[in-house]
Amino acid sequence: MDIRSQVAMVFHLDKCIGCHTCSIACKNVWTDRKGADYMWWNNVETKPGTGYPTQWENQEEYKGGWVVKDGKLQLRLTSKGKFLQKIFHQPSLPTMDEYYEPWTYRYEDLFNGPEQDDQPTAIPVSKVTGQYIDIEAGPNWDDDLGGSPLYARNDVNLSALSEEQRLQLLSIETLVMFYLPRICNHCANPACVAACPSGAIYKRGEDGIVLINQNVCRGWRYCVSACPYKKVFYNWSTGKSEKCLLCYPRVETGQAPACFHSCVGRIRYMGVLLYDADKIEAAGLRPDAELVTAHRDLLVDPNDPAVIESARKNGVSEQVLKAARQSPVYRFVKDWGLALAPHPEYRTFPSLFYVPALGPVTYSVEDGVALNPTSTEEIFAPLDQARLPMSYLASLFGAGQEAPVRYAMKKMLAIRTWKRATEVGDVDLKVALAGLREADCDPEQAEAIYRLTSLCGFEDRFVIPASHREQAVEVLTNPLERKGAAGFGFREAPQRGF
Amino acid sequence: MLTNFLFVGFPYVALVLAIVVSILRFTWRPFSYSSLSSQFLESESLFWGSGLWHWGILWVLSGHLFAFFLPEAILAWNARPLRLYLLEITGLSMALLALVGVVALLVRRFTDRRVKVVTSPLDLVLLVVLLYQVASGIDVAIRYRWGSAWFSTNAAPYLWSLIKLAPRPELIAPLPWMVKLHFLSGFTVILLLPFTRLVHFLVVPIWYYWRRPQVVIWNRKGLR
Ligand code: HEM
Ligand code: SF4
Ligand code: SF4
Repeated sequence: MDIRSQVAMVFHLDKCIGCHTCSIACKNVWTDRKGADYMWWNNVETKPGTGYPTQWENQEEYKGGWVVKDGKLQLRLTSKGKFLQKIFHQPSLPTMDEYYEPWTYRYEDLFNGPEQDDQPTAIPVSKVTGQYIDIEAGPNWDDDLGGSPLYARNDVNLSALSEEQRLQLLSIETLVMFYLPRICNHCANPACVAACPSGAIYKRGEDGIVLINQNVCRGWRYCVSACPYKKVFYNWSTGKSEKCLLCYPRVETGQAPACFHSCVGRIRYMGVLLYDADKIEAAGLRPDAELVTAHRDLLVDPNDPAVIESARKNGVSEQVLKAARQSPVYRFVKDWGLALAPHPEYRTFPSLFYVPALGPVTYSVEDGVALNPTSTEEIFAPLDQARLPMSYLASLFGAGQEAPVRYAMKKMLAIRTWKRATEVGDVDLKVALAGLREADCDPEQAEAIYRLTSLCGFEDRFVIPASHREQAVEVLTNPLERKGAAGFGFREAPQRGF
Repeated sequence: MLTNFLFVGFPYVALVLAIVVSILRFTWRPFSYSSLSSQFLESESLFWGSGLWHWGILWVLSGHLFAFFLPEAILAWNARPLRLYLLEITGLSMALLALVGVVALLVRRFTDRRVKVVTSPLDLVLLVVLLYQVASGIDVAIRYRWGSAWFSTNAAPYLWSLIKLAPRPELIAPLPWMVKLHFLSGFTVILLLPFTRLVHFLVVPIWYYWRRPQVVIWNRKGLR
């Protein structure tokens, strides 16, 4: 047993309003720089859709994540023995066209334009070349375009659907979409770290944040291809790769990262998870169908004395252990089984989990009034009548398995009905209770889930232990010696070359 | 006098600067060590440019290094004409690959609107010098046969004399000017090494072969 702690996250998709406040908060703090201007460490996608960069989920092309080959866990990108063959030109590296060419407008033309018959306009200019560009793509170009032939129809996850389901999903009367905010998952088995030939990317032992040492990165750009979530970005100006650093200066002082703090829908939760690092490889070798379970088994019970002992041996502080016992993430993921990691089949074991969107639930309607369920069957009927087929969500969150997604959705439907029964009173309590039981829930748990979902304050959503100053390494040694430039924050101008 | 300046003074200046500046740059400006890849901005012509260039130059360079370290082995190999032809033809075709590659790289630097933005004057100088280096090498190989033979008898001993701090420029004095120019541009490449993107060659991450896949760093325990 090798217990480590990880700051982990839950995004509750039903609450996301797609406002992009998170993206802007991040952009303003971290990536408002030359070479980084096209990067969105936090981005919000419309699903079904192609996402950013386009079709990032298409691993046939991008070769991200891990695969089991000859009984061993290997990067899909390349084997160690062959990595030098692809170093001069990397066949699976996305180029700027797969993201978008960043642009701004020549606002000064509005003031300085010559006198003329027409209003002056601010023409768009590329932030790379400074020249006029015809804007063809942006970081959220397909925002809200559910059903569009160019975007929704090319969503990689649609291959899991039958032809009939696909037609239904894209037909105008039953259009459906939801938002998927994405950041780096700070994975337990990060493909980016394993792929970096320079060893510049590392996982911090104390909190599991994955960082790139800017002084060691040499721009071999393997990480960009290897991350299946495309959350490592190449800075075309400095010739170094960069990624989300989970606002570690904030996390270290017990504050939520900028995107979490600013989230308008309050969909974001952060807490500690303890996991057993010894089991990662074995978990990664399990077949697709068992991956959700294998991942949950990695996450260990913070109340188990054996776990606590091993964690202490690794230097995990009492404060972190206490936070782990109060972790909202642990409750969503382990206690309640509501939150699921994105694409577990990539086998990186993300530390970010999503509560899938229940979305527009279709109850039968009579005379314009929704009919309340009168039996347990009716409670759960929307599951199979849903506009968003279960197989789609299963492709996104279940490695193709419907069971874990169905479990979470069922529970949410049951709780919705239960709260309707207790608060509004127009559903039979007995029916609602039977629904809860069928969804592996009880009134107590339903209340807890309801509170943490709907009535949660700051302290409920963010249970982040501040790092221990008395244990801080700078007392003992210069932290830059071990961690280089600690992933980010230049001590010199981020200038290209010598 | 001129010979001494060009074939004793200049090589030493280039070599000493290459070593000293590379080390200083690595310790003081580690951030500046990068391949400065521009594939993100333009991928298709880089495939041909970078691919042909690197595969070609790495073989040619290995050939030079081999002949430098084991000149006798080359001479022994060349004892049979057939083997000599084989070696020369392989070398020449690799050099031609490199030539096509470096031309493609140069064209790309001048034509792609995005790549132009990240092209520094030194990038161009380097590419032009490398182009000259490869072109002059090919020229020499064709006109003054057989290079693999006289490299081992004249050039290698001369280079070794430099290393041993007992320079013997007279060894290469009788060689034609075209060959000498090839030497000079070779030393220019060495001189350019620490000041340009060429430093990426010094940090090629071969130890990736032995590294464990995951890197975890603890404050207290360090790297594990
Ligand atoms: C195993 C050794 C080497 C490796 C792994 C390597 C790798 C690379 C990489 C990754 C790039 C960036 C390509 C891109 O834009 O994406 C590059 C560029 C370059 N390399 Fe190498 N290289 C090696 C050896 C050499 C040698 C020996 C030379 C010359 C003597 C050289 C000359 C260049 C030049 C001139 C460029 C710039 C190309 C451009 O104009 O974009 N490389 N190299
Ligand atoms: S999501 Fe983050 S930690 Fe995981 S592989 Fe990608 S960059 Fe690495
Ligand atoms: S700020 Fe919150 S609600 Fe708004 S898009 Fe981001 S995650 Fe969704």
